[in-house]
Amino acid sequence: MRKSRALNLGTGLFVLLGFAALFFLTTQTTSHGLSFRSEPYYVVTAKFRDIGDLKVGAPVSMAGVQVGRVAAIGFDSQDFKAVVTMRIDDRFNQIPTDSSANIYTQGLLGGQYIGLSPGGAETYLKNHSEITFTNSALVLEKLIGQFLANFNKGSNSSSPSGGQPQ
Amino acid sequence: MIGDFLDSLSESVERLGDTIRFLVRILVQVPSAMLRPQLIFDQIYNAGALSLVIIMLSGLFVGMVLGLQGYDLLQRFGSEDALGTAAAIGLVRELGPVVTALLFAGRAGTALASEIGLMRATDQLSAMEMMAVDPVRRVVVPRFLGGVIAMPLLAAIFSMIGIYGAQLIGVQVMHVDAGSFWSQMQASVELRDVNEGIVKSVVFGIACSLIAVYQGYYSEPTAEGVGTATTRTVVTSAVMVLFLDYLITAFFLK
Repeated sequence: MRKSRALNLGTGLFVLLGFAALFFLTTQTTSHGLSFRSEPYYVVTAKFRDIGDLKVGAPVSMAGVQVGRVAAIGFDSQDFKAVVTMRIDDRFNQIPTDSSANIYTQGLLGGQYIGLSPGGAETYLKNHSEITFTNSALVLEKLIGQFLANFNKGSNSSSPSGGQPQ
Repeated sequence: MIGDFLDSLSESVERLGDTIRFLVRILVQVPSAMLRPQLIFDQIYNAGALSLVIIMLSGLFVGMVLGLQGYDLLQRFGSEDALGTAAAIGLVRELGPVVTALLFAGRAGTALASEIGLMRATDQLSAMEMMAVDPVRRVVVPRFLGGVIAMPLLAAIFSMIGIYGAQLIGVQVMHVDAGSFWSQMQASVELRDVNEGIVKSVVFGIACSLIAVYQGYYSEPTAEGVGTATTRTVVTSAVMVLFLDYLITAFFLK
């Protein structure tokens, strides 16, 4: 009987450790944390000409503080723009209606996020309002392409007879 | 030559079918085996708690190797802050379940196969049948269930220890910032990744336990037969685990 009690204790400890590890994996390695119910939020949309690499779940921040997340990304076939739906935390319910939304990149290789710059209006964004002032993502490849095109043009015009030997 | 190949192929298919039939036979007996939980607890202890040391040690070393290799790879792109993400995704989705299953087959699977095989060789199973005790219900099902329950828990422990191993090398030795190690991991690991790992470890647990009890139960009742059963357990389990791993990964990444 003594032996079987020690055995059961070992089994119980093992199972507990296993579930602790599962709990660790689901809460500590992911961003889910302990919040099984979601905070109250309201939804705001914005249309961008180009969202670059923006993904669902990307943070929406204001002055560097995260105020919400990107909930959905759609496409408006009327004016060929990307429609980004954002969930903003209810605590941040005093964002002026003429605020602008910009897509920035975290670091050189980081993911993209939406930064809101406040406007000066007295009215605030409500559920299902739209942010009309938007700036598209800075697509690095396009920028480099433009730079190279300008560079070539510049070098051609300055020394038309020069350039590379054929 | 071709005839031999066809013969061995049809034999493998036959054994696969036989294993599936054995699984059905086990599953039918599961409810009645639940009535004696003590037998299952004992097997969770045998398959799980006794494998804990090897799992934790291996997890620590696999995690530390991931820390070194991941750091060396990522610093070439100047993104060593992503080490936490790389280590966590690698461990939770792939290395945790697969390496645990391979170790589980080597540590617990062989023990199961040789134990049941020896019972077969020493006529203990026939003796049970003689006493109207179903050996599948009394011997096989508790061992199978013990393995199926222990395996996902072992895989979770392996992944957790592995992440701390990677953290040990990355943060303490290579001086990756601890804050970005954890926050980048939490930002980019999704619940989907953890689910994939859990699904894999459950499936591997079923496969490894089933192969072990099948090989033991149907082993030749000789000393050599027990040895063959043990070898086959490890080889078949390893191949099945890697094959199923590909299937499940392809399914999750579809």
